[in-house]
Amino acid sequence: MKRVTANLKCCWICPTVLLSLFVFVGPPAIAFPQEKITKEELLVLPGEVGRPGGRLVVSLRGEPKTLNPLIAADARSREVIGVMQADLVHINRARQQTEPALAKSWKISPDGLSYTIVLRQGLKFSDGQPLDADDVLFTFRVYLDENVHAPQRDLLIVSGKPITVRKADAHTVVFQLAKTYGVGERLFDGLAILPRHLLEKPYQEGKLGQSGSLATAADQWAGLGPFRLKEYVAGQRLVLERNPYYWKSDAQGNRLPYVDELVFLFVPNADAQVLKFQSGETDMISQLGAENFSVLSRQQRGYTMTDAGPGLEYNFLFFNLNDAGEKTSPEMQRKQKWFREVKFRQAVSAAVDREAIVRLVYQGRGAALWGLVAPGNRRWGNEKLPHPAWSFERARALLKEAGFSWSNGPNGESTLLDSDGKPVEFSILTSSSNADRAKMAALMQDDLKQLGMRVQVVPLESRSLLDRVTQSRDYDACIMGIASYDADPNSDISVWLSSGGLHLWNPSQAHPATPWEAEIDRLIEEQMSARTFEQRKKLYDRAQEILAENQPMIFLASPNILAGAKNSIGNFRPAVLEPYVLWNVEQLYLKNGTENATR
Amino acid sequence: MRVRRVLTRWLVTLGVLHGIVGFAGFFAPYDPVEQDRKSPYLPPMRFHLIDGQGHFHARPFVYALKLREGSFDRYVENTTEPQPVRFFMKGARYRLLGFLPCRRHLFGLENTRIYLLGTDAYGRDQLSRLLFGGQVSLLAGLLGAGITLSIGLCIGAVAGSFGGWRDSLLMRLAELFMALPWLYVLFAIRAFLPLAVSPLRAFFLIITVIGIVGWARPARLVRGVVLSAKERDFVRAARGFGATHGYLFRRHILPETSSVLLTQAAILIPQYVLAEMTLSFLGLGVPEPVPSWGNLLSSLQQYSVLVSYWWIYLPALAMVPFFLGYLGLASSLQERGAAYKIESRIWGI
Repeated sequence: MKRVTANLKCCWICPTVLLSLFVFVGPPAIAFPQEKITKEELLVLPGEVGRPGGRLVVSLRGEPKTLNPLIAADARSREVIGVMQADLVHINRARQQTEPALAKSWKISPDGLSYTIVLRQGLKFSDGQPLDADDVLFTFRVYLDENVHAPQRDLLIVSGKPITVRKADAHTVVFQLAKTYGVGERLFDGLAILPRHLLEKPYQEGKLGQSGSLATAADQWAGLGPFRLKEYVAGQRLVLERNPYYWKSDAQGNRLPYVDELVFLFVPNADAQVLKFQSGETDMISQLGAENFSVLSRQQRGYTMTDAGPGLEYNFLFFNLNDAGEKTSPEMQRKQKWFREVKFRQAVSAAVDREAIVRLVYQGRGAALWGLVAPGNRRWGNEKLPHPAWSFERARALLKEAGFSWSNGPNGESTLLDSDGKPVEFSILTSSSNADRAKMAALMQDDLKQLGMRVQVVPLESRSLLDRVTQSRDYDACIMGIASYDADPNSDISVWLSSGGLHLWNPSQAHPATPWEAEIDRLIEEQMSARTFEQRKKLYDRAQEILAENQPMIFLASPNILAGAKNSIGNFRPAVLEPYVLWNVEQLYLKNGTENATR
Repeated sequence: MRVRRVLTRWLVTLGVLHGIVGFAGFFAPYDPVEQDRKSPYLPPMRFHLIDGQGHFHARPFVYALKLREGSFDRYVENTTEPQPVRFFMKGARYRLLGFLPCRRHLFGLENTRIYLLGTDAYGRDQLSRLLFGGQVSLLAGLLGAGITLSIGLCIGAVAGSFGGWRDSLLMRLAELFMALPWLYVLFAIRAFLPLAVSPLRAFFLIITVIGIVGWARPARLVRGVVLSAKERDFVRAARGFGATHGYLFRRHILPETSSVLLTQAAILIPQYVLAEMTLSFLGLGVPEPVPSWGNLLSSLQQYSVLVSYWWIYLPALAMVPFFLGYLGLASSLQERGAAYKIESRIWGI
């Protein structure tokens, strides 16, 4: 690592700048005299043509753990891997539709069970080694190998059977499914094609988990993404350089990406990201909270802030509906009697002032939410889902029907009593690092006080919060947020299915605990194998209705995607899907390149 | 004489300050937990005497603030309608000093709400929160200091009057306690407690924990005083006349410790108020929505609040007069103690 550090200064000034001059200044035919461009099937991107050169600096909240897609589980690693690797078929983050990537084209057989994928010719990994069908075969063998424990494995198991992969010729691969799969070619998005020449040996030695650490030497790691590893300084930054073999070009035939370097600075938290952006140390910022967004918007000096509209994050409250059997304490049993009462949950939902949450927590940059599908998802939301207004009367009526009553205190405050005459008291957990959700909890606490419920808000560090909810299951209620990574229902599958790990109110059930959970399971599974969008949508709409009727999750609000960039950045178009601003990193360019490059 | 005058002055100042906080219900215009969701982060309103047309009003008035179109935290003054301030208005119910049910407030507005120190993220009145928060923080300081001093007095008296192995044991224990990094001990203790504690229980927990941790220093001071008092001539004389242990202790030794204890109290109270604030600031103290000076300041941990809303800092200023008062009291108590000693030497009292 030290060696790499020492090399940094001279190394990035000379070779990369020279290289970029060579590549971009002259016409392509002169820049690559010996390479046969015609044989390389580049993907031509439409849109604004930029200018080459310069470096782009962004910040990351903390360090990524690895560069290896096989073991990456944290969001930061995924963000970095996203710009270093490429997939066969890619979901365009702006249009939310699939488009060809490493695959030039694909064909789905009439029975929907086999996918034939044709690779682009003449592609190379970032270290210059050619890509062919064997790399694809190797990649999927590794993903499906149980001993590797890749997080991608679950996605490749369709109705209990792994997908099989067959090579038809050097550039054609056939995928065989056990059952029709509604998700279709979206399946391939995010599945990075790995370099066989680098990983086959560690794979055979069973050491795949160790490869791809951040300290890997730059020439020992390669990918098909727009950038490749250059330098890593622990605790400070990760520097990536332009992949000279990248397989996309702009409308004029210039090879992408435009910028020479992409730097990730590691900062401790969101506020530090704001400070770095404000001081001009970073060029772009995303995943901003509304309050920080308005701070940055107030004094726009040399940068522009963008509100990309509603995203896919949904925030919700849920009650502990786990059945711990005999181990449940009497107090918990008493509380769960309320929580299991659907009218109680509906009453809580009716008493939540969602509009106030949008105004006070998101400063109007968000949307109230009544279902799991956030408004940023244009295709899958159920428009007919009821949006009952904020009403204490309705909440009180529901509670009365469920056998609750009220007793009046001396100061005019009323206390809600259950059918046994015990006061209704419970606590809501929130993550202490998320100010937005803590605020939602404080607002709900006040709303529920109007119903006579005594609610306490308990901020907890996010790791131990998750532990309580999914492991020890010792809590009353909890506020959480989940951001879908794709618009397709597939990305929320583990929330929907009663066997899923994110089925938070009662995760990883062996058998569905309630008839409506069983019904949702059936609808979701059926939806997965339905062939047409209309069929899937109908089933998915019904699942949303059942969820809204039973309110195991009380949906609150969905924030807008807020981002900002210096005015000198061209082609900046934040999307509502992850990675919000880096999705078109290969097209980003510096309008006055020299200024940034010399810093 | 001069010392006594200064002392009285500090005592009166502190009395007034504590009175205001003690009668928070009367001085605060609103209930501290009441949310006005239409006015988040509203800046402090100003008193006016002259309106936009240049007319003079004998009764001070304020202008209501309205959210600027399309904004969520910027306000404009509605200068067309001056809102005269009413005194001794009927308003939200509260209990004076914790038991007397009451509805009168010192001031208020008839049609809209008055926010002299602005509002927080939920539109809660900062002034009301500051006053009610003072009750929590100051009471924590007073009770905590009370606990510390009683423990310190007992242990110090035992160590001083018995001496021997008891003395060494207690004093080594005191040294151990003084060496403890108390903030981290508090963290650790708080982490062991159940997750959801009601505000009242949380409050007493903090007081007990703060009170117990600090006994070592006063115990050592009391021990020193007891040791020296034991050997004083008049004590020896009384013992010679056949006074019992208990009588000597009650009549002669204990009164000697009073000046040390009072000075310690004046030093400890602000220290403990600060300790409560630190814990609440870090989210380990009294939970929301109950105000305390610490959790009033805790929203300043967010950068956006720090740079956007200056009135959120005001609670930090509010504690300055209290601290000055207590420190002044401590120093004049010390002076008095010194003067008293000299006088008693000279006159042989």
